[in-house]
Amino acid sequence: MKLNSAEIVIAMLQRHGVGIVAGIPGGASLPLYDALGKSSVRHVLARHEQGAGFIAQGMARATGHAAVCLGTSGPGATNLLTAIADAKLDSIPIVAITAQVPRKMIGTDAFQEIDTYGLTLPITKHNFQVRSGGELLEVIPEAFRIAISGRPGPVAVDIPKDVLTEAVEIESLPEPARRDRPPSIGRDDLTRAADLINSAQRPMLLIGAGVIAAEASGDLIRLMEKASIPAAATLLGLGALPSEHPLFAGMVGMHAARYTNLLLEECDLLIGIGIRFDDRATGKAAEFCPRAQILHVDIDPSELGKIKNPSLGIMSDAGQFLRAILLMIARKSRLDWMRHLEMLRARYPLMMPGIADPLRPYGIIRYAAELLPRDAIVATDVGQHQMWVAQAYPFSSPRQFLTSGGLGTMGFGLPAAIGAALAMPDRTVVCFSGDGSLLMNIQELATAAEENVNVKIVLLNNERLGLVRQQQQLFYGERFCASEFRSRTDFVAIARGFNLDAVDLGRVEDPIAALSEALETPGPCLIHVPIDAEENVYPMVPPGGANRDMIGGEA
Amino acid sequence: MPTTSSVPEGAILRLIVRNHPGVMSHICGLFSRRSFNLDGIICVPLADAARSEMLLMVKDDARLAQLILQLQKLHDVIEVHPAPAMREAFDNLAGLLR
Repeated sequence: MKLNSAEIVIAMLQRHGVGIVAGIPGGASLPLYDALGKSSVRHVLARHEQGAGFIAQGMARATGHAAVCLGTSGPGATNLLTAIADAKLDSIPIVAITAQVPRKMIGTDAFQEIDTYGLTLPITKHNFQVRSGGELLEVIPEAFRIAISGRPGPVAVDIPKDVLTEAVEIESLPEPARRDRPPSIGRDDLTRAADLINSAQRPMLLIGAGVIAAEASGDLIRLMEKASIPAAATLLGLGALPSEHPLFAGMVGMHAARYTNLLLEECDLLIGIGIRFDDRATGKAAEFCPRAQILHVDIDPSELGKIKNPSLGIMSDAGQFLRAILLMIARKSRLDWMRHLEMLRARYPLMMPGIADPLRPYGIIRYAAELLPRDAIVATDVGQHQMWVAQAYPFSSPRQFLTSGGLGTMGFGLPAAIGAALAMPDRTVVCFSGDGSLLMNIQELATAAEENVNVKIVLLNNERLGLVRQQQQLFYGERFCASEFRSRTDFVAIARGFNLDAVDLGRVEDPIAALSEALETPGPCLIHVPIDAEENVYPMVPPGGANRDMIGGEA
Repeated sequence: MPTTSSVPEGAILRLIVRNHPGVMSHICGLFSRRSFNLDGIICVPLADAARSEMLLMVKDDARLAQLILQLQKLHDVIEVHPAPAMREAFDNLAGLLR
């Protein structure tokens, strides 16, 4: 059969199970959209390519499957970059397809020409510039294979316009890519790991996104319960085990509860699984877990020894390691260590001032969590609200919490929530945001309204860049520079202007009843929550400091 | 020919890479964005033209192991090996260029 290359691209996306793509068309990508329009793939029209990139991320984070965003040449490609870079830092499988000017015009500074290959090179797991229609038959499956194999990540595919219109004679479409089989673990490594675990008095697990990517929550819980090992989580590890599990020890790092950082301070074995010792988690790395031997398990071998030299580093898929080690470790009750965990948790708990007040940060998170279904997907933007949610929301399952960890991209939340809602139409999606963050991709309110997604935006509005303000207060002598928005923004009016329902909890008699009604009404909605500018996230480890040196949050 | 090496101290890595226009950017970009030192680079296509052989002269310090792991992660890098014997290639080239 004879197909043009654009039709091959779309058909190959379908073969990879892609039912929804997000993007914005433009001159160079018109052939792709012509093929898309004739197919059954649903296109979600974002209002900015960065929104399209984060919609794809939301789909990928919520499902674990590779998701696709489309941009045209030039600004279409540059606008995608932030979302692609964000996916790289958090190991999210997306395939970003961009159109390029025709081959003959490459290098001539043509209209909407930019070096997309060069721009995406350092922010992708891999990138391709396609030079002929036939190459697509290999490049598209290869892009998916790379995105989903090993440590997942973004792949960019740049296709010149004249390649898209090139006719290709093919017998049949190639098979879709499958995830590479993870490498097997050496018997010696497993024996040494089991020895480390069996001989530890005070072992701690630190779990990260790798556990979620490996779908290893069940294996993790079996290990914890068999050997009585508490587990703290990195920001991106939240949800890997239910927060009410008695061995769950909270989120580690800059905004950890005091007991969490203290436990890590005292452990004699740190078992890091699917983590990369990010500085927001470790604080000053040299002083992280000072009494502990380190057993580090990660699918990416370059993470082993990158930040902390482990006693034993094992390149493995998290689930594969957990299943193997479970058979080799002794059942232990570690009563002293368990009593110590309980004592520290009781004496140095996470303090949540204002938990009874729906117009204060912990209060609104608590009431929203109580009113939402247990399986509601929770997206956040970046800033104080993100840390409050990470600390206080009762996560119950993997892929429930969608947040920009590594890159810390303000503007992530709304489009990621839209993507999650598109991928999981039966779930409620709540997006906690701040006024600073929401403004960075507020145009996607139009996309939310157009697609009628079940996304509830809970906007904590302090009319500031709150986390910047907090750092200026704590570390820059209260010299507040450029952290206040001096012109007020009427977010309720804006949301209504985009055809969304909106409610201002600061202007109703019964905020809890209004919140309940807003969360229960299907469709997109903005819930405005005015909060005090003085609200800070505590505890806080000063940037560059050791995790034991926490400011605030005392019981 | 100089009797002693006329080029800086350092480790020599020998790479087999996929031969396409972007591969040099991938290698050099890795060095700049992870602030690894790269003192010298020699690249010649192999007979099959689909692959090239590359010699890199890099700083021999505590980060060398991490550098090799990062190089191995690049999709276009097929093989990476330390190759101290290939120092001569840089010596010879230096002689030709001077």
